[in-house]
Amino acid sequence: MARFEGVFRKYGTVLGLILLVVLITIINPRFITLDNILNIFRQVSINGLIAFGMTFVILTGGIDLSVGAILALSGMLLGLMIAAGVPELIAIPTVIIFGALLGLFNGIFVAKVKLQAFIVTLATMTMYRGITMIISDGIPAMGLTSDAPILNFFSQGSILGLPFPMVLLLIVFVILMILLKYTVFGRGVYAIGGNEEVARLASLPTDRIKTMVYVISGTMAALAGVILTSRLSSAQPTAGMMFELDAIAAVVIGGTSLAGGKGRLFGTLIGVLIIGVLNNGLNIIGVSAFYQQFIKGLVILLAVILDRKSTR
Amino acid sequence: MEVIMKGINKSFSGVQVLKGAGIHVKEKEIHALMGENGAGKSTLMKILSGVYTKQEGLIEINGQEQHFHSIKDSENKKIAFIHQELNVLNEMSIVENMFLGKEIKKKLGLVNNKEMTKIAKEKLHLLGLDVDPTILVKDISVGKRQLVEIAKALLMDAELIIMDEPTAALTDKEIDLLFEIIRNLKNKGVSFIYISHRMEEIFHLCDTITVMRDGSFVGQKDTKDTSFDEIVSMMVGYSLDDRFPRVEIDPGNIVLSVKDLNLNGKFKDVSFDVREGEILGFSGLMGSGRTDVMHAIFGSIPFDSGTISINQKKVQINSPIQAKKNGIGFITEDRKNEGLILSFSVAENTILPSLKNFTEKKLIKESKITGKVAEYIKKLNVRTPNQTIETNKLSGGNQQKIVIAKWLMTDPKILILDEPTRGVDVGAKKEIYEIINHLKKQGVAIIVVSSELPEVLGICDRIAVMHEGVLKKIFTRLDATQEKIMEYATGGGK
Repeated sequence: MARFEGVFRKYGTVLGLILLVVLITIINPRFITLDNILNIFRQVSINGLIAFGMTFVILTGGIDLSVGAILALSGMLLGLMIAAGVPELIAIPTVIIFGALLGLFNGIFVAKVKLQAFIVTLATMTMYRGITMIISDGIPAMGLTSDAPILNFFSQGSILGLPFPMVLLLIVFVILMILLKYTVFGRGVYAIGGNEEVARLASLPTDRIKTMVYVISGTMAALAGVILTSRLSSAQPTAGMMFELDAIAAVVIGGTSLAGGKGRLFGTLIGVLIIGVLNNGLNIIGVSAFYQQFIKGLVILLAVILDRKSTR
Repeated sequence: MEVIMKGINKSFSGVQVLKGAGIHVKEKEIHALMGENGAGKSTLMKILSGVYTKQEGLIEINGQEQHFHSIKDSENKKIAFIHQELNVLNEMSIVENMFLGKEIKKKLGLVNNKEMTKIAKEKLHLLGLDVDPTILVKDISVGKRQLVEIAKALLMDAELIIMDEPTAALTDKEIDLLFEIIRNLKNKGVSFIYISHRMEEIFHLCDTITVMRDGSFVGQKDTKDTSFDEIVSMMVGYSLDDRFPRVEIDPGNIVLSVKDLNLNGKFKDVSFDVREGEILGFSGLMGSGRTDVMHAIFGSIPFDSGTISINQKKVQINSPIQAKKNGIGFITEDRKNEGLILSFSVAENTILPSLKNFTEKKLIKESKITGKVAEYIKKLNVRTPNQTIETNKLSGGNQQKIVIAKWLMTDPKILILDEPTRGVDVGAKKEIYEIINHLKKQGVAIIVVSSELPEVLGICDRIAVMHEGVLKKIFTRLDATQEKIMEYATGGGK
C-alpha cells in the first residue's frame, strides 16, 4: 500500500494524462494521429516555456505574474526591430536578453528590497504592459516573417520531422532540469522554498538565487514571446493576456506546491501537456468553448485535491 | 478523576510506536510522564485526548471503559490537553480564544460578548490573572498565554489536564506562578499529566512519575521514593555514569579574537578570544545578547563596530557565506526555523552548507553524497532508517545531530553551538558532548552558548557571562560555580 502511494505520488499526473488521452481517443480516434500529437506539442510550447520558468519561481515560494506582459513586450520589441530592418540575428538575442533584464528588475525588488513577489510582479505586469502600449502606440506590428528566414523557421521549420517549437521546448526542458537537479543553484531553489532562513544560515547565496529565478522566468517569457511572434507573423500589444494563469495552472497540476520547496520540472511538463491535451481534445470531440473553460477549471481543482491526498 | 491506560498498542503505517504502553493517574494527583524523545509520550497522550485511536488496550476513566474516536469524545469526559505549541490565536482577544468554537449565543445566533467576558473574567481570576479579557493575546506574555489555555480547560470543567512541556518558554517567575496554580487546582480535585524534560521541575512539582521507553511502560515511582539517577536510568535503559564527559588538553593558539563588538540595543563592547582545542561557554539569561553576538560573528546579522580576527588576521564577515569561507560553523538555537528544512530528507539537509564539495564540473554527483552522508550518520550515531526520510520524522536528538553533521561536513576551524542540547533527551545529550569533545581534541575552537548551567560548567574550559548586552566576566572553569555565574548573569557581581 505504501509502495502504491509512493508510485501514485510520483506518477499520478502521468496516469492522469494517459487517462485523458485514452478517454478522448475512445470518443474520437482522430485525436491520436501523429499529426495531431505534433500539433499539440506545437500548441503547448509557449505555455510550456513560461511554465518552466514559473516552476523555478514557485519552487522558491514566489510567483511571477508579469510573464504574460514580458512576453508581449519582448514580442513587440522584436516586431518593431524587425520592421525597422534590424537583422534577426541581432534582434532575437537582444529581445531575449531584454526579457532577462525585465526578470532581473522583478528579482531585485523581491530579493533585495524584500517586497512580496505577488505585489512586485503585479505592479511590473502593469508597467510592462504599459510600456508595450507606449512603444507600439497600441498598434500591432504585422507581416514580420515575410523576409525573416529565422523567424520563419521558428514557426514552420522542423528538425528530424519534429516541429521546431517542440524541439526547443524539449531542449530547454533538459537544460533546466539539469540546472534544477544537479547544480548548487538548483538545490538552493528548493532550499529557499523549504525554509529561506535555514538556507541563508547554511551559507547559500539566497538573495542571488532568488533574483536568478526571476531572471530565468523573464528569459523564458521572452523566448515564448519570440515563438509566438514567429507563429502569428505579427506582434500584438495585447498578446499573452492571462498567460501567467495558464502557466501557474500547469505548475500546480504538475504537483508543485505554491508554498515552495516541493515539486518537479517533469511534473510541470506533464501539467502543460494535460492542459494542451484538454484544449485540443475537447475541440476535436466538439465540446463548446464555454464548457471547455469549465472543464479546465475543474481539472485544476481535481489535480490539487489529488495532490493533497497523496502528500498526506 | 482516575485514569487507567493499560496495554496500549498503536502503529503507524506498519511501524509500531506503542507496545504495551500505559499510565495510572489517580484522583488529585500531579503525574509526570517521562521518557526520551520518541519514547511515545505524545502518542500515548494523543490517544487519551482522542486525536488518535488505540489499536489494542484498555482505557478506563473512574472504572468505566472508554472508546474515544475524536477529541470531542475525550473532551466530553472532561480531559483537556494543553500542547507545547500553544493553541491560541494571537490576533484574537483572550475571551475569543477561550470560547473559540464554544461561543455563548443569544437569540438569532449572535454571540453574547457580555456574558462571555464576564465568565472569562471569573475563570482568569481563579488563576490569579486579573487582566482585561478583551485585550489581544499577542499583547500578553507567553506565560499568561499558558494561563489562558488553562482557563480554557477550566471552562470545560476539566478534571484531567494534560500539559506538554508547559515551562519551555516561561521565565522563572512565570514558572513559580504556574506551579502554584497547578497545585491549587489539584487541591480542588483536578488531576494532571505533566510531560517535561526538566528533571528538577518534576521532582519539585509531581507526586508520581511514569517512565516510558521505546513505546512501552517501564515503571511507576513515587517522587519521594526515587532519585534523578534512577529515573534517568529507567529512561535510557542503562545507567549514565558520567553526565558530562571531559577531555583535558592544553589549548593552542588563539584562533578567534573578537574586539569591542557593538550592536546598538543588542550588545556593547564585547571582547573575547577562543583558542585551538578550547571550549568557551556563553552563559546569561534569555535576551542577554549571547545569541546576537554569535549571529554577528557569523555574519547573519550586521554589527555597528568592532573587529573580528581569525588567526591574528582581521576579517570582514558580513554574510554566512563569508563566515563559512573563514572556517566558521554555526549550529543555531532554533532547530525548526534556522537549523533544518523539515520537509527535506536527512541527506538533503546534511549537505546544504557543503553542496559545492559534491560537484564535479559544476554538476552535483549523487553518488558522492550518499557515501559522505552515510559516513557522518555513522560517526554521529544518528538513528534514522535511511538517508531519504524527511527530517521531521526524526526525534529531537537525532535532528540536532543532523544539524551538527551539516556543519562538521564543512570542516570548521571555529564552531559555534547555540543551545546544542535543547529539547534533546539525556542519552543523546551525552553523545553530543562526546562529539564536541572529539572536535576539541582535533583542535577546533568551540563556543557553546547554553542556558543550562550544569552543562556549561560540565563541558567548558572557560565561561563568559553576559548581562543585558555586556560581557560581564569570563571565568575559568575552576573558578566558576552556578552561584557566581547567576550573580553576574543577573547584573550583580563586581
